[in-house]
Amino acid sequence: MKYAALVYNKPGSFEALSDGERQTVSGEYMAVRQDPRCVDGAQLEPVTTATTVRVQDGRTLTTDGPFADTKEVFGGYFIFDAGNLDEAIELASHVPSTWMGGSVEVRPVVESQPA
Amino acid sequence: MLASLVGFLGDFDLAEEAAQEAFAIAAERWRRKGTPENPGAWLITTARNRAIDRIRRERTLADKTRLLDVHTFSEDEMQDEGIEDERLELIFTCCHPALAMEAQVALTLRALGGLSTEEIARAFLVSEETMKRRLSRAKAKIKATGIPFAIPADHLLPDRVDAVLAVVYLIYNEGYGGRIDLAAEAIRLGRMLVALLPDEPEVHALLALMLTHHARHRARFAGEDLVLLADQDRSLWDARQLGEGRESLQRAIALHGRGPYALQAAIASLQTEQEVNWPQVVELYARLAEQTRSPVVELNRAVALAEAGDTELALALVDGLQLDDYRYLHSTRAELLRRLGRDDDARAAYRKAIALTVSEPERRMLTRRLGEL
Repeated sequence: MKYAALVYNKPGSFEALSDGERQTVSGEYMAVRQDPRCVDGAQLEPVTTATTVRVQDGRTLTTDGPFADTKEVFGGYFIFDAGNLDEAIELASHVPSTWMGGSVEVRPVVESQPA
Repeated sequence: MLASLVGFLGDFDLAEEAAQEAFAIAAERWRRKGTPENPGAWLITTARNRAIDRIRRERTLADKTRLLDVHTFSEDEMQDEGIEDERLELIFTCCHPALAMEAQVALTLRALGGLSTEEIARAFLVSEETMKRRLSRAKAKIKATGIPFAIPADHLLPDRVDAVLAVVYLIYNEGYGGRIDLAAEAIRLGRMLVALLPDEPEVHALLALMLTHHARHRARFAGEDLVLLADQDRSLWDARQLGEGRESLQRAIALHGRGPYALQAAIASLQTEQEVNWPQVVELYARLAEQTRSPVVELNRAVALAEAGDTELALALVDGLQLDDYRYLHSTRAELLRRLGRDDDARAAYRKAIALTVSEPERRMLTRRLGEL
């Protein structure tokens, strides 16, 4: 089964680390990405680079950033191909944001029906 | 039976439907042809065959295709062998931490306790419709998210056993409040767990704790009124249950059980002695407080301290707790202040406790105490 692991970071938690700790944390992110059960993943640029798009009455409205100030900011995702939810949870528990004040939301990916 | 079917089919709804169909067929056929030699195996086999038929007919979900390779069983093959006891797998699925606690409780009662949806709804004071929705949401999540039907791997097992015990204890405590006989149901589940997980000390300890409390349930009320432990009529205690509780506790201790259930069971057991060893109760509460960091446990330690003779120290401990909205903090303070002869302070504390109390028997007891001052 495929699972998306949506990574939420506590703002500033990475910046607060020393250079050495940052290297360790980055290495742990790489280790999750390199697990054979991890089939995809990406880190996003900081939330300050975000643009929000809406379409109203055919007009495209763009605004700077997301609207709400949140305690956790979406920072990236992994796609796991795991045997069951327990396996997916275990993989997710190795994502550093989980112990840096952030969290990982695990959700199954809808499998598209073969044509 | 349901455990075996869920294990085989990997689907709660399908298993339930198949079981119902098998019972319907049995009711009709056994009347005509007599009861088969092994009714349990007959039912499971029939239910399996029905489910396989249904899947073949529907042929919808790709993830069920593995079942199409399974051969249906003939009536000659209906022996007990091959039908595994899969209740443990079912318990771990029902008590999976990815499900909301209330859903875990409802699923466990439905699947392992064999309670009807209506009975569960009544026990938790919600409408049958609400309970039905809660159950089907939980079953849908199990299916959609791939919550495994399996005994967790060794390194996950301690946490997952804790989760199961928390569900059973919550069911017990709902029963303690005096609604439907959930306490007896929880004890039945506790016995089942002991049989399925005989090497886990906390499993024995939880059973010991429930039995020791439950043995006293008839003495806890006089009519509608609450009776405190010290005033209870001991002839109303269930000696057989107390004995069984003590045996379970011994087993937990022999397995090196030193966890929160073992400590609580030991405390409950000490409190049933003719002469309660209060200093030892204080010591056990101190260890429990270390493990749980719970101010409620500290409050209980204070009560034991007072019983052991140190009322001043007990009051100092109570006054240091951050539990201002907790009615038992104020009823305990009131009792301690009364013993110290500080009647005005005691009255104020009783009034605070009465204001916070939601239970009618408790309110009556506190009002009576207040009147005695």
